[in-house]
Amino acid sequence: MLVTVRFFASLREALGCESMCLEIAAASVAGVHDALAGTLTQTQREALAAPGVRVAVNESLAQGDAAVKAGDVVAFLPPVTGG
Amino acid sequence: MRRHVHIQAEDFDIAAEWQACRARCGGGAGALAAFAGLVRDRAPAEQGASAVHGLHLEHYPGMTEASIERIVDEAAERWRLLDVTVIHRVGELNPEEQIVLVLVASGHRADAFAACEFVMDYLKTDAVLWKKERRANGDAWLQATAGDQQRRAAW
Repeated sequence: MLVTVRFFASLREALGCESMCLEIAAASVAGVHDALAGTLTQTQREALAAPGVRVAVNESLAQGDAAVKAGDVVAFLPPVTGG
Repeated sequence: MRRHVHIQAEDFDIAAEWQACRARCGGGAGALAAFAGLVRDRAPAEQGASAVHGLHLEHYPGMTEASIERIVDEAAERWRLLDVTVIHRVGELNPEEQIVLVLVASGHRADAFAACEFVMDYLKTDAVLWKKERRANGDAWLQATAGDQQRRAAW
């Protein structure tokens, strides 16, 4: 199935990508990680796996085992620094 | 409790927000507390105190607003609040510019002071926003700090 993947701030720069359509085999956040892994360099994989990086599915924070369905927007968020 | 959360590129006018809040609250408000955050012209000492000539603020439209609304709602569960305004700017800012406004109206000062500080502390750790400093020695995304996490955990 196809999902939209978005990267923000430092992750957007590390991956050189703001948004992409991704074909995933397993319908979960972990499945998104798996599908991405093959397309990334070692440095990019480390950036995504860095401490504090969180994932949102359709704008709600989600754990690794959270379900993902076709058309969902999965966003990777580095640690926030607002205020 | 009325909630006003705005993410915007343009600057805000504290005096205008203050008077608008007073007008909305009428005679019920015995206390208004406000905090404004500004862009510093130096990076933190532990990061070399390099000169900063600008700040870039990035957000996730929709999720950022929702994350701030949750913070305000949590404050309203802890204190008796009448009206809370949070304005957070995004985009490119210069040193000395305003970044953020938290304005809280309550019946009494203790609630207004506490809620204003609470919302500000939570904005640091829970609002979906990212800052990049334009430093003399290159751009740098800011790191989340242990101090901010400690302040949040203390509530």
